[in-house]
Amino acid sequence: MEYKIIVGLEIHVHLATQTKMFCGCRLAYGDAANTHVCPVCLGLPGALPVMNKQALEFAILTGLALNCRIARFTKWDRKSYYYPDLPKNYQISQYDLPFAQHGYIEIPAADGQPKKIRIRRVHLEEDAGKNVHSFGNFSAIDLNRAGAPLLEIVTEPDMNSPEEVGALARELQRIVRFLGVSEADMQKGHMRFEPNVNLHITRNGQLFKTPISEIKNLNSFRAIERSIACQVQRQLEDFLETGRTLQMGNKSTWGWDDERQTTVLQREKEEAHDYRYFPDPDLVPVEVDQAWLTAIQARLCELPLQMQMRFIQAYGLSPYDAAVLTADRATAEFFDAAAALQADPKRICNLLTQTGLKLANERGIRVDQLGLSAQQLAQLAQMTDAGLISATSAAVIFEEIAAHGGDPVQIAEKRNLLQKSDAGEIETLVDAVLAENVQAVADARSNPKKAKKALGFLMGQVIQKSKGQANPKIVSEILNRKLNA
Amino acid sequence: MDTLTQLRDRIAARHITSVEAVKAVFERIEMYEPVIGAYLSLYQDRALEQAEAVDRKIAAGQAAGVLAGVPIAIKDNMCTAFGTTTCGSKILENFHSPYDAHVVEKLAQADAVIIGKTNMDEFAMGSSTENSGLKRTVNPWDISRVPGGSSGGSAAAVAAGLCGAALGSDTGGSIRQPASFCGVVGLKPTYGRVSRYGLVAYGSSLDQIGPLTQDTADAALLLGVIAGWDPRDSTSVSHIPVCDYSAQLEKPVEGLKIAVVPSLLEGADSSVQKAVQEALAVYQSLGARLVEIAMPHFDYAISAYYVIATAEASSNLARYDGVHYGYRSPNAGDYIEVYSRSRDEGFGPEVKRRIMLGTYALSSGYYDAYYLKALKVRNLIRSDFTKAFEQADCLMMPVSPTTAFKIGEKTDDPLQMYLADVYTIAVNLAGVPGISIPCGFDRQNLPVGLQIISAPFTEDKLLRIARMHEKETGWHRCRPPLKSLRQ
Repeated sequence: MEYKIIVGLEIHVHLATQTKMFCGCRLAYGDAANTHVCPVCLGLPGALPVMNKQALEFAILTGLALNCRIARFTKWDRKSYYYPDLPKNYQISQYDLPFAQHGYIEIPAADGQPKKIRIRRVHLEEDAGKNVHSFGNFSAIDLNRAGAPLLEIVTEPDMNSPEEVGALARELQRIVRFLGVSEADMQKGHMRFEPNVNLHITRNGQLFKTPISEIKNLNSFRAIERSIACQVQRQLEDFLETGRTLQMGNKSTWGWDDERQTTVLQREKEEAHDYRYFPDPDLVPVEVDQAWLTAIQARLCELPLQMQMRFIQAYGLSPYDAAVLTADRATAEFFDAAAALQADPKRICNLLTQTGLKLANERGIRVDQLGLSAQQLAQLAQMTDAGLISATSAAVIFEEIAAHGGDPVQIAEKRNLLQKSDAGEIETLVDAVLAENVQAVADARSNPKKAKKALGFLMGQVIQKSKGQANPKIVSEILNRKLNA
Repeated sequence: MDTLTQLRDRIAARHITSVEAVKAVFERIEMYEPVIGAYLSLYQDRALEQAEAVDRKIAAGQAAGVLAGVPIAIKDNMCTAFGTTTCGSKILENFHSPYDAHVVEKLAQADAVIIGKTNMDEFAMGSSTENSGLKRTVNPWDISRVPGGSSGGSAAAVAAGLCGAALGSDTGGSIRQPASFCGVVGLKPTYGRVSRYGLVAYGSSLDQIGPLTQDTADAALLLGVIAGWDPRDSTSVSHIPVCDYSAQLEKPVEGLKIAVVPSLLEGADSSVQKAVQEALAVYQSLGARLVEIAMPHFDYAISAYYVIATAEASSNLARYDGVHYGYRSPNAGDYIEVYSRSRDEGFGPEVKRRIMLGTYALSSGYYDAYYLKALKVRNLIRSDFTKAFEQADCLMMPVSPTTAFKIGEKTDDPLQMYLADVYTIAVNLAGVPGISIPCGFDRQNLPVGLQIISAPFTEDKLLRIARMHEKETGWHRCRPPLKSLRQ
């Protein structure tokens, strides 16, 4: 018996617009309840929605990044259902004419090569509010979030392992952050995932499809991967036990219990929802003309995975380094700018990831905001390569510039960090050290067991004599030559 | 009694103060309102304060708005940040809107004084104001009869002189039909001409606010104040400027061509037919030419309307659920019961009927057969009008097949009530402007209205055409005999 895991995803992404989808209220998470509301998002009698153009532009930008076909004509529909957090008891959404369709997203697959996952559709809608059940017999409703612009992305069932689904989730997070259309903070609920999972089982040459499980409202990468793994296991056991296969209406709905690290059954059978969709008469259809589309297209940037692959190929970085650098757009572009300046990319990468990201994290800013320019970063790498400073000194200078500004060379001079590379001067020091350490010299020359340690000791002595300023590379050369003479 | 325009001019010329004008209106209200029942709420103190402010402004020689100091009534489905906005429904009986509708802002900017909010069929669903969940309004011409609806309170208030002019809203005839029943002028502007922001929605793609007035000059004046683009209403139109409706009003339309649909006229009561025929003869005597045309899809208007309007209503009225505002049933346990009981106890039978109709029409499996089909019919009706206006300047027909009917006469037969909207509904479906002007009386001395319909955004021409008849006949000057109603 063989089986293949089949997963499709429905993803909700909060857009980081200034204001809500259909009114002028500010988008603010975590503020006091019901402080960012107005007649429109409260659904008061007589209030009318007005489309937020920035939200649609963010949405189209995302659609373009997901290689979708952008509709030139799109419209708004009302989706009706009753729930206390939905003030109008209908949600303004898009039904049969989503603004983007038929795209794909490339994700880093297990073999290191990108894998294409098809995108069925992307549409824009307004979010609901939040029910709060912490008032004894009463529930309260916070409508700060009501009307927030929400992107819904639906993929085809093209993922075949929990890890691929996790990879898509991470990749999508990286993309929307690169585009600047969402903060995509999982903890703040900016992204919510709902996988649909089933198995294609081949037994005795016959194909069986297990009933689909939908897992609701996942908001961590780990929960995505673990909940899918749970369902795969459960479906496998269920099939072996009952032989049940996919039929109309036997889709089940599951939740994720993070404490018990397991999926919990919410609904056994698919409910027949009738949302009574119809075009919202309060909003006019949107026509996206070529000029507008071109203007949005111009804001598209190189996508993170493309950049990651390019860093590996063009700069010879390891896949790990390339992934770290492309985790966010500012770091990636800062690195790219420095690496283009004829300096060793690996050295730039080390400075940036080890010193730059550390400092940026401490200060809660981006690496390009540290006060060090890409030119200065490249210069530090070049100086290190040329033996003018040590790698340690480069980090020290980096921190100095980030703290107080200044010029790399001047700082190196002022703080005595420039290495001595004058062979004659170093040779004098080497001679003195060799003369002072007869035993070590003997070990280095003729005791294979101790040679390495002795050499290291002699190196250290020379560097110490130079007050740390001797270029280790040159010290090593001269020392080796003398010992082998 | 002064028309709105005359009163405005007299206040501006300081022949009378706004306070005096407002007081005079409230004196009449005191006399007649107990019988007429036009208002759901009155704001005498607030009105007098505003009148004083306008008087001070005028006395100081400051620039005052075009409606400075005149008393205006508005239908109670337009939101006001003062008082209540009930829509004639128990579900909103104690609802206080935190904001003003666009038209209310416009009236305030023009220095008008809003004196009260008028009765209406609940959520504007009805043709007699009998569906109000809060009050009964009678027709000032015969208090045993309905004032029409749904803007029955506004029409009755204008006819009885209980305000200078009023605003109503028209989804399927709700301005024109009560105007016709009460013998006043009622204008439904082109869809998109007046912002719906703050108008409590019934059928969003059909609703439009317009004036109910004593004559066409008042209609022109009031329309000029409320018309125009509003960025808060995406369906309001920005690219067609608002005309100075008053400035052109007295200019007759040269070579006027009037389209008539003979088969339509035949469907009306004989007294209505007679009055409309006479009105057409008046136009002919003024040199107008009649063009007989067909409106092949007119017959389907009622069916299409009652699908589209109720579908939109079923969605628009979903928000009245007892959770966020409005009536909440004291008998509810869980939140599902808050929904079902609040709606059951808060809505009247006609509203429930239309919500159920609309819900059904939008349901999965029925959408194509009802809603989508109705939209197609709507397009065909629109093209009927487009063709008509290629041949003529306007269309003329009755407003209603009958004059005002007896209170209670049709309440048991909703379908009969729906069919009475036959002449007005197509105009909303097409989105074109239409006006009702008084054109005579039937044998029971009840007013008959003539409906004139013109191409989109030609309200200026529509008013000029209406003015030609008004000037010639003077029917608009007839007022109901109220003296006997004094209490």
